[in-house]
Amino acid sequence: MENLVWIFISTLLINNFVLSYFLGLCPFLGVSGRLETSFRLGMATSFVLVVTAISVWFLNTYVLIYAPYLRLISFIVVIASTVQFIEMAIKKLSPALFKALGIYLPLITTNCAILGLAVFATSRNYGFLEGLAFALGAGAGFTLALVLMAGIREEIEKTGDIPDLVRGTAMNLLVAGSLSLAFMGFAGLFSAG
Amino acid sequence: MKQKELDGYQEFMKGLWKENPTFVQVLGMCPTLAVTNSAINAVVMAVATFFVLVGSSFLVSALQRWIPSQVRISLYVIIIATFVTLADYSLLATLPAVHKQLGAFIPLIVVNCIILGRAEAFASRYPVKYAVLDAAGMGAGFFLSLTMLGTVREILGTGTLFDIPLFGKGFEPWVTMILPPGGFITLGLLLLLSNWVTKKRAEFLKQVAAAQQEGL
Repeated sequence: MENLVWIFISTLLINNFVLSYFLGLCPFLGVSGRLETSFRLGMATSFVLVVTAISVWFLNTYVLIYAPYLRLISFIVVIASTVQFIEMAIKKLSPALFKALGIYLPLITTNCAILGLAVFATSRNYGFLEGLAFALGAGAGFTLALVLMAGIREEIEKTGDIPDLVRGTAMNLLVAGSLSLAFMGFAGLFSAG
Repeated sequence: MKQKELDGYQEFMKGLWKENPTFVQVLGMCPTLAVTNSAINAVVMAVATFFVLVGSSFLVSALQRWIPSQVRISLYVIIIATFVTLADYSLLATLPAVHKQLGAFIPLIVVNCIILGRAEAFASRYPVKYAVLDAAGMGAGFFLSLTMLGTVREILGTGTLFDIPLFGKGFEPWVTMILPPGGFITLGLLLLLSNWVTKKRAEFLKQVAAAQQEGL
Protein backbone atom coordinates (compact mmCIF):
# COMPACT_ATOMS: atom_id res chain seq x y z
CA MET A 1 0.00 0.00 0.00
CA GLU A 2 2.78 2.38 0.90
CA ASN A 3 4.38 1.54 -2.39
CA LEU A 4 1.21 2.49 -4.27
CA VAL A 5 0.96 5.84 -2.50
CA TRP A 6 4.59 6.50 -3.30
CA ILE A 7 4.07 5.74 -6.99
CA PHE A 8 1.05 8.06 -7.07
CA ILE A 9 2.75 11.01 -5.35
CA SER A 10 5.99 10.66 -7.25
CA THR A 11 4.23 10.61 -10.65
CA LEU A 12 2.01 13.49 -9.59
CA LEU A 13 4.69 15.83 -8.30
CA ILE A 14 8.30 14.71 -8.56
CA ASN A 15 8.29 13.03 -11.94
CA ASN A 16 5.37 14.99 -13.33
CA PHE A 17 4.63 13.67 -16.83
CA VAL A 18 4.50 17.07 -18.46
CA LEU A 19 7.07 19.06 -16.55
CA SER A 20 9.82 16.53 -16.09
CA TYR A 21 9.21 13.78 -18.69
CA PHE A 22 8.00 16.14 -21.43
CA LEU A 23 5.05 13.91 -22.23
CA GLY A 24 1.81 15.37 -23.54
CA LEU A 25 3.39 18.66 -24.53
CA CYS A 26 1.21 19.22 -27.59
CA PRO A 27 -2.03 19.68 -25.62
CA PHE A 28 -0.04 21.33 -22.82
CA LEU A 29 1.11 24.10 -25.16
CA GLY A 30 -1.89 24.04 -27.49
CA VAL A 31 -4.96 23.73 -25.28
CA SER A 32 -3.82 25.59 -22.18
CA GLY A 33 -5.35 28.89 -23.25
CA ARG A 34 -8.47 28.61 -21.10
CA LEU A 35 -8.82 27.24 -17.59
CA GLU A 36 -12.10 25.42 -18.09
CA THR A 37 -11.21 23.56 -21.29
CA SER A 38 -7.88 22.50 -19.85
CA PHE A 39 -9.57 20.98 -16.83
CA ARG A 40 -12.02 19.03 -18.99
CA LEU A 41 -9.27 17.81 -21.27
CA GLY A 42 -7.26 16.77 -18.24
CA MET A 43 -10.16 14.71 -16.96
CA ALA A 44 -10.76 12.97 -20.31
CA THR A 45 -7.06 12.21 -20.64
CA SER A 46 -6.91 10.80 -17.11
CA PHE A 47 -9.75 8.47 -17.97
CA VAL A 48 -7.99 7.20 -21.10
CA LEU A 49 -4.80 6.79 -19.08
CA VAL A 50 -6.53 4.55 -16.55
CA VAL A 51 -8.19 2.41 -19.23
CA THR A 52 -4.86 2.14 -21.07
CA ALA A 53 -3.05 1.05 -17.92
CA ILE A 54 -5.54 -1.76 -17.41
CA SER A 55 -5.44 -2.96 -21.02
CA VAL A 56 -1.65 -2.76 -21.13
CA TRP A 57 -1.46 -4.96 -18.07
CA PHE A 58 -3.68 -7.56 -19.73
CA LEU A 59 -1.68 -7.40 -22.96
CA ASN A 60 1.63 -7.71 -21.17
CA THR A 61 0.52 -10.58 -19.01
CA TYR A 62 -1.40 -12.71 -21.47
CA VAL A 63 -0.45 -11.82 -25.03
CA LEU A 64 2.91 -10.16 -25.38
CA ILE A 65 4.93 -12.81 -23.60
CA TYR A 66 4.55 -14.79 -26.81
CA ALA A 67 5.38 -11.99 -29.21
CA PRO A 68 7.36 -9.13 -27.63
CA TYR A 69 8.16 -7.51 -31.00
CA LEU A 70 4.45 -6.72 -31.47
CA ARG A 71 4.46 -4.57 -28.33
CA LEU A 72 4.44 -1.14 -29.89
CA ILE A 73 1.91 -1.96 -32.58
CA SER A 74 -0.51 -3.61 -30.19
CA PHE A 75 -0.23 -0.72 -27.70
CA ILE A 76 -1.04 1.88 -30.29
CA VAL A 77 -3.94 -0.15 -31.64
CA VAL A 78 -5.35 -0.57 -28.14
CA ILE A 79 -5.01 3.14 -27.42
CA ALA A 80 -6.59 4.19 -30.70
CA SER A 81 -9.53 1.85 -30.24
CA THR A 82 -10.00 2.83 -26.58
CA VAL A 83 -10.21 6.47 -27.54
CA GLN A 84 -12.60 5.63 -30.36
CA PHE A 85 -14.74 3.56 -27.99
CA ILE A 86 -14.84 6.27 -25.33
CA GLU A 87 -15.79 8.76 -27.99
CA MET A 88 -18.76 6.62 -29.01
CA ALA A 89 -19.77 5.94 -25.41
CA ILE A 90 -19.71 9.61 -24.43
CA LYS A 91 -21.60 10.54 -27.57
CA LYS A 92 -24.34 8.09 -26.65
CA LEU A 93 -24.46 8.71 -22.91
CA SER A 94 -23.92 12.43 -22.67
CA PRO A 95 -24.12 14.46 -25.89
CA ALA A 96 -23.51 17.67 -23.94
CA LEU A 97 -20.11 16.51 -22.68
CA PHE A 98 -19.27 15.21 -26.15
CA LYS A 99 -19.93 18.62 -27.62
CA ALA A 100 -17.88 20.35 -24.94
CA LEU A 101 -14.82 18.18 -25.53
CA GLY A 102 -15.06 18.45 -29.30
CA ILE A 103 -11.87 17.87 -31.25
CA TYR A 104 -9.76 17.26 -28.15
CA LEU A 105 -11.29 13.85 -27.67
CA PRO A 106 -9.92 12.10 -30.80
CA LEU A 107 -6.63 13.97 -30.40
CA ILE A 108 -5.96 12.11 -27.16
CA THR A 109 -4.73 9.23 -29.34
CA THR A 110 -1.64 11.18 -30.36
CA ASN A 111 -0.97 12.43 -26.84
CA CYS A 112 2.44 11.00 -26.03
CA ALA A 113 1.50 10.76 -22.37
CA ILE A 114 -0.72 7.77 -23.12
CA LEU A 115 1.80 5.72 -25.07
CA GLY A 116 4.48 6.93 -22.66
CA LEU A 117 2.51 5.53 -19.75
CA ALA A 118 2.18 2.18 -21.52
CA VAL A 119 5.89 2.02 -22.33
CA PHE A 120 7.05 3.14 -18.88
CA ALA A 121 4.69 0.77 -17.08
CA THR A 122 6.08 -2.09 -19.18
CA SER A 123 9.73 -1.25 -18.71
CA ARG A 124 9.27 -0.91 -14.94
CA ASN A 125 7.37 -4.21 -14.68
CA TYR A 126 4.45 -2.68 -12.84
CA GLY A 127 1.75 -5.06 -11.61
CA PHE A 128 -1.97 -4.39 -11.92
CA LEU A 129 -2.42 -2.13 -8.87
CA GLU A 130 0.90 -0.37 -9.35
CA GLY A 131 -0.03 0.35 -12.95
CA LEU A 132 -3.35 1.78 -11.80
CA ALA A 133 -1.66 4.05 -9.24
CA PHE A 134 0.81 5.12 -11.93
CA ALA A 135 -2.02 5.98 -14.33
CA LEU A 136 -3.95 7.93 -11.68
CA GLY A 137 -0.83 9.87 -10.72
CA ALA A 138 -0.01 10.58 -14.35
CA GLY A 139 -3.54 11.77 -15.07
CA ALA A 140 -3.69 13.97 -12.00
CA GLY A 141 -0.24 15.35 -12.78
CA PHE A 142 -1.21 16.11 -16.37
CA THR A 143 -4.37 17.88 -15.23
CA LEU A 144 -2.45 19.81 -12.57
CA ALA A 145 0.20 21.03 -15.02
CA LEU A 146 -2.41 21.95 -17.61
CA VAL A 147 -4.55 23.88 -15.13
CA LEU A 148 -1.57 25.73 -13.64
CA MET A 149 -0.35 26.68 -17.10
CA ALA A 150 -3.82 27.84 -18.18
CA GLY A 151 -4.17 29.95 -15.04
CA ILE A 152 -0.85 31.67 -15.61
CA ARG A 153 -1.60 32.26 -19.28
CA GLU A 154 -4.99 33.77 -18.54
CA GLU A 155 -3.39 36.18 -16.06
CA ILE A 156 -0.67 37.16 -18.52
CA GLU A 157 -3.23 37.78 -21.25
CA LYS A 158 -5.15 40.04 -18.86
CA THR A 159 -2.22 42.41 -18.44
CA GLY A 160 -1.69 42.27 -22.19
CA ASP A 161 1.69 43.90 -21.88
CA ILE A 162 3.87 41.52 -23.89
CA PRO A 163 6.19 42.36 -26.79
CA ASP A 164 5.04 40.85 -30.10
CA LEU A 165 8.23 38.87 -30.50
CA VAL A 166 7.65 36.90 -27.29
CA ARG A 167 3.92 36.37 -27.63
CA GLY A 168 2.85 32.82 -28.41
CA THR A 169 4.89 29.67 -28.13
CA ALA A 170 8.12 31.31 -27.02
CA MET A 171 6.39 32.82 -23.99
CA ASN A 172 4.57 29.59 -23.20
CA LEU A 173 7.83 27.70 -23.20
CA LEU A 174 9.48 30.20 -20.88
CA VAL A 175 6.50 29.97 -18.51
CA ALA A 176 6.67 26.17 -18.70
CA GLY A 177 10.38 26.39 -17.90
CA SER A 178 9.71 28.34 -14.71
CA LEU A 179 6.92 25.92 -13.74
CA SER A 180 9.24 23.01 -14.30
CA LEU A 181 11.90 24.75 -12.22
CA ALA A 182 9.36 25.12 -9.41
CA PHE A 183 8.39 21.45 -9.62
CA MET A 184 12.05 20.47 -9.24
CA GLY A 185 11.65 21.60 -5.67
CA PHE A 186 9.51 18.52 -5.01
CA ALA A 187 12.52 16.29 -5.67
CA GLY A 188 13.47 16.52 -1.99
CA LEU A 189 10.01 15.51 -0.80
CA PHE A 190 10.88 11.94 0.05
CA SER A 191 14.60 11.78 0.61
CA ALA A 192 14.33 14.50 3.26
CA GLY A 193 11.62 12.77 5.30
CA MET B 1 -8.02 17.45 -57.06
CA LYS B 2 -5.73 19.57 -59.16
CA GLN B 3 -2.14 19.02 -58.16
CA LYS B 4 0.07 22.03 -57.94
CA GLU B 5 3.37 22.13 -59.79
CA LEU B 6 6.05 20.63 -57.56
CA ASP B 7 9.72 21.38 -57.47
CA GLY B 8 11.70 18.65 -55.74
CA TYR B 9 14.40 21.01 -54.51
CA GLN B 10 11.85 23.38 -52.99
CA GLU B 11 10.03 20.52 -51.30
CA PHE B 12 13.27 19.49 -49.65
CA MET B 13 14.47 22.95 -48.68
CA LYS B 14 11.27 24.17 -47.06
CA GLY B 15 11.72 21.74 -44.17
CA LEU B 16 15.07 23.24 -43.26
CA TRP B 17 13.99 26.75 -42.40
CA LYS B 18 10.76 28.13 -43.84
CA GLU B 19 8.59 25.32 -42.43
CA ASN B 20 11.03 23.94 -39.89
CA PRO B 21 9.06 21.39 -37.88
CA THR B 22 10.40 22.56 -34.52
CA PHE B 23 10.81 26.31 -34.79
CA VAL B 24 7.99 27.20 -37.16
CA GLN B 25 5.39 24.44 -36.84
CA VAL B 26 6.20 23.65 -33.18
CA LEU B 27 5.48 19.95 -33.65
CA GLY B 28 7.04 16.92 -32.02
CA MET B 29 7.88 18.71 -28.82
CA CYS B 30 8.12 15.65 -26.59
CA PRO B 31 11.23 14.05 -28.10
CA THR B 32 12.67 17.48 -28.90
CA LEU B 33 12.87 18.41 -25.25
CA ALA B 34 13.28 15.05 -23.60
CA VAL B 35 16.37 13.73 -25.37
CA THR B 36 18.33 16.88 -26.05
CA ASN B 37 20.27 16.84 -22.80
CA SER B 38 23.37 15.85 -24.74
CA ALA B 39 24.43 16.28 -28.35
CA ILE B 40 24.90 12.58 -29.04
CA ASN B 41 21.40 11.66 -27.81
CA ALA B 42 19.94 14.42 -29.93
CA VAL B 43 21.78 13.21 -33.03
CA VAL B 44 20.75 9.57 -32.60
CA MET B 45 17.14 10.55 -31.94
CA ALA B 46 17.08 12.78 -35.01
CA VAL B 47 18.55 10.04 -37.22
CA ALA B 48 15.97 7.52 -35.97
CA THR B 49 13.14 9.99 -36.59
CA PHE B 50 14.55 10.77 -40.04
CA PHE B 51 14.50 7.07 -40.92
CA VAL B 52 10.92 6.58 -39.70
CA LEU B 53 9.74 9.76 -41.39
CA VAL B 54 11.20 8.88 -44.80
CA GLY B 55 10.16 5.23 -44.58
CA SER B 56 6.57 5.86 -43.60
CA SER B 57 6.14 8.74 -46.05
CA PHE B 58 7.39 6.46 -48.80
CA LEU B 59 4.98 3.68 -47.89
CA VAL B 60 1.99 5.96 -47.33
CA SER B 61 2.57 7.66 -50.66
CA ALA B 62 3.06 4.38 -52.50
CA LEU B 63 -0.11 2.87 -51.03
CA GLN B 64 -2.28 5.98 -51.21
CA ARG B 65 -4.53 4.52 -53.90
CA TRP B 66 -5.45 1.51 -51.78
CA ILE B 67 -5.98 3.21 -48.42
CA PRO B 68 -9.66 3.88 -47.75
CA SER B 69 -10.05 7.33 -46.22
CA GLN B 70 -12.21 6.19 -43.28
CA VAL B 71 -9.48 4.09 -41.73
CA ARG B 72 -6.47 6.02 -43.00
CA ILE B 73 -5.29 7.38 -39.65
CA SER B 74 -5.18 3.93 -38.05
CA LEU B 75 -3.34 2.55 -41.06
CA TYR B 76 -0.80 5.38 -40.98
CA VAL B 77 -0.22 4.77 -37.30
CA ILE B 78 0.36 1.05 -37.93
CA ILE B 79 2.81 1.80 -40.75
CA ILE B 80 4.66 4.26 -38.53
CA ALA B 81 4.71 1.82 -35.61
CA THR B 82 6.26 -0.82 -37.86
CA PHE B 83 9.11 1.47 -38.86
CA VAL B 84 9.64 2.55 -35.27
CA THR B 85 9.89 -1.07 -34.19
CA LEU B 86 12.55 -1.58 -36.89
CA ALA B 87 14.49 1.47 -35.70
CA ASP B 88 14.15 0.41 -32.08
CA TYR B 89 15.59 -3.06 -32.64
CA SER B 90 18.38 -1.84 -34.96
CA LEU B 91 19.48 0.70 -32.35
CA LEU B 92 19.43 -1.94 -29.65
CA ALA B 93 21.71 -4.08 -31.81
CA THR B 94 24.17 -1.37 -32.84
CA LEU B 95 24.31 1.24 -30.06
CA PRO B 96 23.07 -0.41 -26.86
CA ALA B 97 24.46 2.34 -24.60
CA VAL B 98 22.65 5.17 -26.38
CA HIS B 99 19.54 3.01 -26.70
CA LYS B 100 19.48 2.63 -22.95
CA GLN B 101 19.79 6.38 -22.40
CA LEU B 102 17.02 7.19 -24.85
CA GLY B 103 14.93 4.44 -23.30
CA ALA B 104 11.22 4.92 -23.69
CA PHE B 105 11.61 7.80 -26.10
CA ILE B 106 12.40 5.62 -29.11
CA PRO B 107 8.96 3.91 -29.00
CA LEU B 108 7.46 7.35 -28.52
CA ILE B 109 8.53 8.32 -32.05
CA VAL B 110 5.21 6.70 -33.03
CA VAL B 111 3.26 9.59 -31.56
CA ASN B 112 5.60 12.27 -32.90
CA CYS B 113 3.10 14.56 -34.59
CA ILE B 114 5.59 15.51 -37.31
CA ILE B 115 5.41 12.05 -38.85
CA LEU B 116 1.65 11.64 -38.80
CA GLY B 117 1.35 15.25 -39.90
CA ARG B 118 3.50 14.71 -42.99
CA ALA B 119 1.71 11.45 -43.84
CA GLU B 120 -1.68 13.14 -43.66
CA ALA B 121 -0.83 16.52 -45.12
CA PHE B 122 1.67 15.57 -47.81
CA ALA B 123 2.57 11.94 -48.46
CA SER B 124 -1.03 10.78 -48.94
CA ARG B 125 -1.58 13.32 -51.73
CA TYR B 126 1.56 13.48 -53.80
CA PRO B 127 3.73 11.07 -55.85
CA VAL B 128 6.33 8.98 -54.09
CA LYS B 129 9.31 11.00 -55.27
CA TYR B 130 8.06 14.25 -53.75
CA ALA B 131 6.78 12.56 -50.62
CA VAL B 132 10.26 11.19 -49.93
CA LEU B 133 11.91 14.55 -50.65
CA ASP B 134 9.43 16.34 -48.40
CA ALA B 135 9.99 13.82 -45.60
CA ALA B 136 13.76 14.07 -46.03
CA GLY B 137 13.57 17.86 -45.78
CA MET B 138 11.43 17.76 -42.66
CA GLY B 139 13.72 15.12 -41.17
CA ALA B 140 16.76 17.28 -41.92
CA GLY B 141 15.08 20.30 -40.36
CA PHE B 142 14.26 18.27 -37.29
CA PHE B 143 17.87 17.05 -37.20
CA LEU B 144 19.10 20.64 -37.38
CA SER B 145 16.97 21.94 -34.54
CA LEU B 146 17.52 18.91 -32.33
CA THR B 147 21.29 19.09 -32.76
CA MET B 148 21.21 22.81 -32.02
CA LEU B 149 19.28 22.27 -28.78
CA GLY B 150 21.42 19.31 -27.75
CA THR B 151 24.66 21.18 -28.39
CA VAL B 152 23.61 24.29 -26.47
CA ARG B 153 22.36 22.28 -23.53
CA GLU B 154 25.36 19.98 -23.34
CA ILE B 155 27.89 22.81 -23.57
CA LEU B 156 26.16 24.87 -20.88
CA GLY B 157 25.10 21.98 -18.70
CA THR B 158 28.22 19.85 -18.56
CA GLY B 159 30.87 21.88 -20.36
CA THR B 160 31.44 19.15 -22.95
CA LEU B 161 30.50 18.47 -26.55
CA PHE B 162 30.07 14.85 -27.65
CA ASP B 163 31.68 14.00 -24.29
CA ILE B 164 34.85 15.97 -25.11
CA PRO B 165 35.61 18.59 -22.42
CA LEU B 166 35.65 22.09 -23.88
CA PHE B 167 36.68 24.25 -20.96
CA GLY B 168 39.42 24.14 -18.35
CA LYS B 169 39.01 22.99 -14.77
CA GLY B 170 37.58 26.33 -13.69
CA PHE B 171 34.31 25.70 -15.54
CA GLU B 172 31.30 25.42 -13.28
CA PRO B 173 28.60 23.36 -15.08
CA TRP B 174 25.18 24.93 -15.23
CA VAL B 175 23.36 21.73 -14.25
CA THR B 176 19.86 23.14 -14.72
CA MET B 177 20.45 23.19 -18.45
CA ILE B 178 20.53 19.41 -18.75
CA LEU B 179 17.56 19.05 -16.39
CA PRO B 180 13.97 19.48 -17.65
CA PRO B 181 13.63 23.25 -17.02
CA GLY B 182 16.71 23.86 -19.17
CA GLY B 183 14.95 22.19 -22.08
CA PHE B 184 11.92 24.44 -21.89
CA ILE B 185 13.97 27.58 -21.44
CA THR B 186 16.52 26.82 -24.16
CA LEU B 187 13.80 26.02 -26.68
CA GLY B 188 11.90 29.17 -25.67
CA LEU B 189 14.99 31.29 -26.23
CA LEU B 190 15.82 29.58 -29.54
CA LEU B 191 12.25 30.24 -30.70
CA LEU B 192 12.67 33.89 -29.77
CA LEU B 193 15.89 33.98 -31.78
CA SER B 194 14.21 32.41 -34.79
CA ASN B 195 11.27 34.84 -34.55
CA TRP B 196 13.73 37.70 -34.42
CA VAL B 197 15.70 36.47 -37.43
CA THR B 198 12.49 36.01 -39.44
CA LYS B 199 11.32 39.50 -38.52
CA LYS B 200 14.66 41.12 -39.35
CA ARG B 201 14.78 39.26 -42.65
CA ALA B 202 11.30 40.48 -43.59
CA GLU B 203 12.32 44.05 -42.73
CA PHE B 204 15.48 43.72 -44.78
CA LEU B 205 13.58 42.39 -47.81
CA LYS B 206 11.13 45.26 -47.49
CA GLN B 207 13.97 47.78 -47.47
CA VAL B 208 15.51 46.17 -50.53
CA ALA B 209 12.19 46.31 -52.33
CA ALA B 210 11.75 49.96 -51.35
CA ALA B 211 15.25 50.81 -52.53
CA GLN B 212 14.62 49.09 -55.84
CA GLN B 213 11.46 51.06 -56.36
CA GLU B 214 13.22 54.34 -55.70
CA GLY B 215 15.85 53.37 -58.24
CA LEU B 216 13.26 52.79 -60.93
